[in-house]
Amino acid sequence: MMELWYRLVSLLPFSWAEAGGLYFMKNALLAVLVVTPLFGLLSTMVVTNRMSFFSDALGHSAFTGIAIGALCGFAPMWAAAGFALVLSALFTIVRRHTDLQSDTIIGVFSSTAVALGIFIATFGGGSFTKFNTYLIGDILSVEPGMIGLLALLLVLVAVLWLASFNRLLLSSIHPALAGSRGVRVALQEWLFTAAIALVVTLSMPWVGLLVINSLLVLPAAAARNLARNVRQYHLFSILGALVSGVAGLLISYYWGSSTGACVTLCLALFFLLSLLGRRKRA
Amino acid sequence: MSVHRHGGDDCKGACCLRVEGLGVVAEGRTILRSIDLHVHCGQIVALIGPNGAGKSTLFKAILGQQAHTGSIVFERSGGEKTRPLMGYVPQSPAFDPGDPVSVLDLFVSATHRRPVFLPVPKALREKVRGCLARVHGEGLIDQRLGSLSGGELQRVLLALALEPLPHVLMLDEPFSGVDVEGELQLLRLLDELRRRFDLSILLSTHDFSNLADYADKVVLMKETVLKVGAPREVMDSPEFAAVFHLKLKGGER
Repeated sequence: MMELWYRLVSLLPFSWAEAGGLYFMKNALLAVLVVTPLFGLLSTMVVTNRMSFFSDALGHSAFTGIAIGALCGFAPMWAAAGFALVLSALFTIVRRHTDLQSDTIIGVFSSTAVALGIFIATFGGGSFTKFNTYLIGDILSVEPGMIGLLALLLVLVAVLWLASFNRLLLSSIHPALAGSRGVRVALQEWLFTAAIALVVTLSMPWVGLLVINSLLVLPAAAARNLARNVRQYHLFSILGALVSGVAGLLISYYWGSSTGACVTLCLALFFLLSLLGRRKRA
Repeated sequence: MSVHRHGGDDCKGACCLRVEGLGVVAEGRTILRSIDLHVHCGQIVALIGPNGAGKSTLFKAILGQQAHTGSIVFERSGGEKTRPLMGYVPQSPAFDPGDPVSVLDLFVSATHRRPVFLPVPKALREKVRGCLARVHGEGLIDQRLGSLSGGELQRVLLALALEPLPHVLMLDEPFSGVDVEGELQLLRLLDELRRRFDLSILLSTHDFSNLADYADKVVLMKETVLKVGAPREVMDSPEFAAVFHLKLKGGER
């Protein structure tokens, strides 16, 4: 599999793309090609559902899960994924059964999760520095096995999207209408939050906690400025994420700065252009 | 305190929605009790009452989204009883003006499984256009929801409620956020629809100005049914005065 990829990449007109070296860069490019459509897809509903703050909180809780995993000796990633799933379920339940606004509930969950994470990470005088890699992320260290896992995740989310996007959309834009047409709104909400939880957690070590939310918000925020319907919305969001991802990776390679930050800056530029290019929409 | 059991208004083997002894208790508070209500096919029944009278809860109960006591049945003209197929137009729908969701997107997402982010096949598009034609809204198909006026939005939601064609059409405050012209259009449309499809129409409203022009029957309610009858009869009743006028003058509650 990877051999095929390396051979394909060697057709590109870049010095790092030549056969027989700099595999980290080739792996990173493949990872970017897998991860960015994933975020572009999820982004559309994060923004429509007004959940940008929630996905941020999930990123923070993923860090807590990793800290818990490190403490208990589990594989940190899976501990984090499990923790994020539990948290997303709790969040959905609390939101349905209290009168609190969701931004308040998110604030409560997010701050608690972060405090718990720092508490565990520094427990007994531990040093926080070993967690720094999660804050900034390092896509250049991604391994083929991990890319496979991310690709699997992309397939899963694509299947979820194909199977239940209509109900998800209806639940999001008008819950009462969705309910009257037999859609189980709570289930749709939870499925979606669980998908975000998994994706955020499993891609955090490569993208970085501090910038992961930008990938969930900016592509769709920009696409909204341009799109007139759901199809264009998806198209612009995914393409924007993909192009910004690749551009960010190349910039970070040639200028030597963090990939996550470069991708985010490219997305911000995309958003800026979308604002300027905003046409008078029907 | 008397529960109004109105005579001479039974279903009598006609096509009819029949609600009997309906009650809702939520969090220890009685919201609805002993509601009896008959809506015949082809009839427009207006539900009036102050805010918090339980109109929206009654709609939810009829839609099957709210646990309740009592029974809700739909009788076909032969007397055969079925679970009624409901068309529902929700209250003051507020769509985010920035959402890139078109009328076509809304229709496809509500009535089909084919994901709306894929291109919509021509046949499906024509079908949606046909649904919109029922409310004279074919031209709205590519508009974004956020760009529709209050009246246009109500018509789109009405078209959606008519697909698939229901036995009973329920509209929750259809005239709020709609201007006078839009209200008249909507009323003409409802009148046309009930004749064409022999629909039972149940709507709630705060606007009594032209109630007498379109409603066959008015139901005054507050927790339970206080008065049922022709529009004039209900609006001239002491119950109506007690619920609305006294509150306006003295605020004795």
